[in-house]
Amino acid sequence: MIILKVNGAEQKLDVDPETPLLWVLRDVLGLTGTKYGCGQALCGACVVHLDGETVRACVTPVKRAAGGSVTTIEGLSPAGDHPLQRAWVELGVPQCGFCQAGQIMSAAALLRKNPRPSNDDIDKSLAGNICRCGTYTRIRAAVRKAAGLPTE
Amino acid sequence: MEQQRVVLLRRSFLAGLGLAAGGLALGLAAGDAEAAPPAPLGPTALPSQPGLRTGVFLHIATDGTVSVVCHRSEMGQGIRSSLPVLVADELGADMARVKIVQGDGDKAYGDQNTDGSRSVRDGYEPMRRVGATARAMLVAVAAKKWRVPAAECVAEQHAVHHAKSKRSLDFRELVADAAKLPVPDAKTVALRPVSELKRVGGLLPLLDGPAIVTGAAQFGADVRLPGMLTAVIARPPVVGGKVVRYDGARALAVAGVKKLVELPGPQGGAVGFQPLGGVAVVADTTWAAMRGRAALQIEWDHGANAAYDSATYREALSGAARAPGKVVRKVGDVDGALAKAARTLEAEYYVPHLAHAAMEPPSAVARVDANGCEVWAPTQNPQAARTEVARALGVDEAKVTVHVTFLGGGFGRKSKPDYVAEAALLARAMGTPVRVQWTREDDVQSGYFHSVSAQYLKAGLDADGKVSAWLHRTAFPPIPSTFDGRVKTPSDNELGLGVLDLALAAPNVRAEACDAPAHIRIGWLRSVCNIFHAFAVQSFIDEIAHARQADPREVLLEVLGPARHATPAELGVQKVPNYGAPIEQHPVDVGRLRHVIERVTEISGWSAARKAGRAVGLAAHRSFLTYVAVVAAVSKDALGKVQVDEVWLVADAGTVINLDRARSQMEGAVVFGMSIALHGAITMKGGAVEQTNFRDYPVVRTTEVPQRIHVEIVKSDAPPGGVGEPGVPPVAPAIANAVFALTKTRARELPLRRLGL
Repeated sequence: MIILKVNGAEQKLDVDPETPLLWVLRDVLGLTGTKYGCGQALCGACVVHLDGETVRACVTPVKRAAGGSVTTIEGLSPAGDHPLQRAWVELGVPQCGFCQAGQIMSAAALLRKNPRPSNDDIDKSLAGNICRCGTYTRIRAAVRKAAGLPTE
Repeated sequence: MEQQRVVLLRRSFLAGLGLAAGGLALGLAAGDAEAAPPAPLGPTALPSQPGLRTGVFLHIATDGTVSVVCHRSEMGQGIRSSLPVLVADELGADMARVKIVQGDGDKAYGDQNTDGSRSVRDGYEPMRRVGATARAMLVAVAAKKWRVPAAECVAEQHAVHHAKSKRSLDFRELVADAAKLPVPDAKTVALRPVSELKRVGGLLPLLDGPAIVTGAAQFGADVRLPGMLTAVIARPPVVGGKVVRYDGARALAVAGVKKLVELPGPQGGAVGFQPLGGVAVVADTTWAAMRGRAALQIEWDHGANAAYDSATYREALSGAARAPGKVVRKVGDVDGALAKAARTLEAEYYVPHLAHAAMEPPSAVARVDANGCEVWAPTQNPQAARTEVARALGVDEAKVTVHVTFLGGGFGRKSKPDYVAEAALLARAMGTPVRVQWTREDDVQSGYFHSVSAQYLKAGLDADGKVSAWLHRTAFPPIPSTFDGRVKTPSDNELGLGVLDLALAAPNVRAEACDAPAHIRIGWLRSVCNIFHAFAVQSFIDEIAHARQADPREVLLEVLGPARHATPAELGVQKVPNYGAPIEQHPVDVGRLRHVIERVTEISGWSAARKAGRAVGLAAHRSFLTYVAVVAAVSKDALGKVQVDEVWLVADAGTVINLDRARSQMEGAVVFGMSIALHGAITMKGGAVEQTNFRDYPVVRTTEVPQRIHVEIVKSDAPPGGVGEPGVPPVAPAIANAVFALTKTRARELPLRRLGL
């Protein structure tokens, strides 16, 4: 039995402890906002927070989260109005949208540690998140907007 | 195209969409046929989804709520935020009272295949006509009530108004009576003047933005049904390969694995949209299915394609492009002009296979019972999915319902519904709902790949350096080979993507199509053959400019010639395929191409943009009836590798409905084009794909993207062209041309990183 908190709620899970956190979230808990994109920590579609730090859920065995606290896109803000979520909608960032949860979770961890990031800080923090639609320039602008920085 | 007629919709059709009966419902039907109802739905286990199908279909409920069906698929192009606005504007609706409903796969909607950058082009006029017809009916009711001429009434803000008597009636007060009226003849219904379409062309909100940023948007892999199992499939590594025998003992020993199911490979002579076959591992969870598959031991018969090898094939392709092919375009006397030329130039270009690598690997959910089959899938082509599922199951199409989810990217991959048929076959085999999940490795290795190509170009220059003769040979395994394995010659439609429709000032032009057999599934990928045709042509024109020591911009404009409509006679072709559009409506307009070149060189400061350590390159291309020019600035990074510093793109897509989505598509096209230029290469060895995942099939990451991508959309009243694809083709040649200006290394093949650049 593995016990962890997901988005503030305690979960008792009877799963193979080696199961990647991604599949526990998606297949056991039904939290499908966290996406499968590569399975090898290459694309960032599965980024969630474990005790405040970003992890690639696709390569994180659930046992590593035992006793910890996981936050997914569904739990980032109670009403879906985190400054990043608002900036994302206002600037029309998403195209297909599939990678955006991972992008936002990576950006949220960045802003918590570094509330006024430079362009370079933003790129480095988001280098692990692929967007095949190519929304990168708007992602950067939305991170800056959420940080209260000029979007250009 | 057959004229479609506005018709009243049957109650059963509305029920299929989850809409209440009553109220006014209008659709379009081909000829005299009434729109057929979709197959009856079982009780759905899912909440009604925010929709993504641009349907030429409208329902106004008795509370005044307007529902517009989106019958085309949403894959990031913003169609759900665009097309319905046309209906609303034409109707005079308040967007706050408009709902978007995603249409299932149904021929009643007409063509639903979301490809070819034509959802707006196809939908522009019909969508408006449906809105206008409903407006006319609402106005007729109000006018009758007020005993005033209908011509004195206007529909705005969800109500009909009579200015003279200062009276207004909300749509909800008119709907019940309007629904009793016969649908007026199309000839009597006038569309609004374009100036009255208040939202069209403006900055419209992104309808699905909130659902996406909260994780609520439902993609194919997110569908959950009670009792659902998940399958991961071991497919033949070589197309046409078959399972000889397999040992599933270790796979079955994995906790959670329920069953192994062998799937048949393609039947008949063509692969088409059929599943590739193999062995499916069906399990409680995705992870168990993945582990089960890893434990399978399969002996394959790789079949006839096992010798396919990219290195040797490249030589054969080059040989084909160097030898005469089938003449597909001819004006003047190229051989004579080449013989007389003061100077000749020739070059050969090569672009490898590419994979779509949409962020969402293919996935689909199916449920099969005695009543039929119901599937949920991220498909660009729900009707083809319906047909393929029916074929695979051996049931009538009427028994198959296809619900379209959000697509986590499509780029052409999800026009092919092989993965949907896999889900249906497995759901039947298991007697429970089954979700098929492709891994990234499956996606990279078993796709419908963009074709590998070799292009041979030769030009004769006269004493002034002007191009007097132009020879273009193109060799690539054609897409129709996927549907008929015997086809080796590029089709007219593929040649229409940058060969037949290329306007040139040269008086002597010949183009030839060269045979190339296919050994894998060839498919459409965002902008299709325009990718390699534009790369070769735009690189070659740049080579001519440098050979003449002239400004590439001036030479490009000179090679294209003066502003004019290039007729089939001028082009030397019987017919310009022209993306299925009439050439009268969408001419090959050299003036528009020249204009985007002039604009992009102006806003980029073409001459001034060059400075120490930085160079610029230019390319322009007409595709999908849209004109795009790109300037790329490149420099070297700290490691001496080429980096793209800044990009300018100007697009003339004719009438644009949603300006911000058009811009975002062009921004995305620059990044997609950069991936092609810098990274993209699928290579084959022993008939199988050598790449596996983003590690060895890299795509552009944020660290490679310029801080500034400037996009300008030309304001135009011309009929709508495409938006999703036409930004892509000029990007790679613009970068390659900039790289030459910077390094004096001419990249005649892609990707650049493989050349050490």
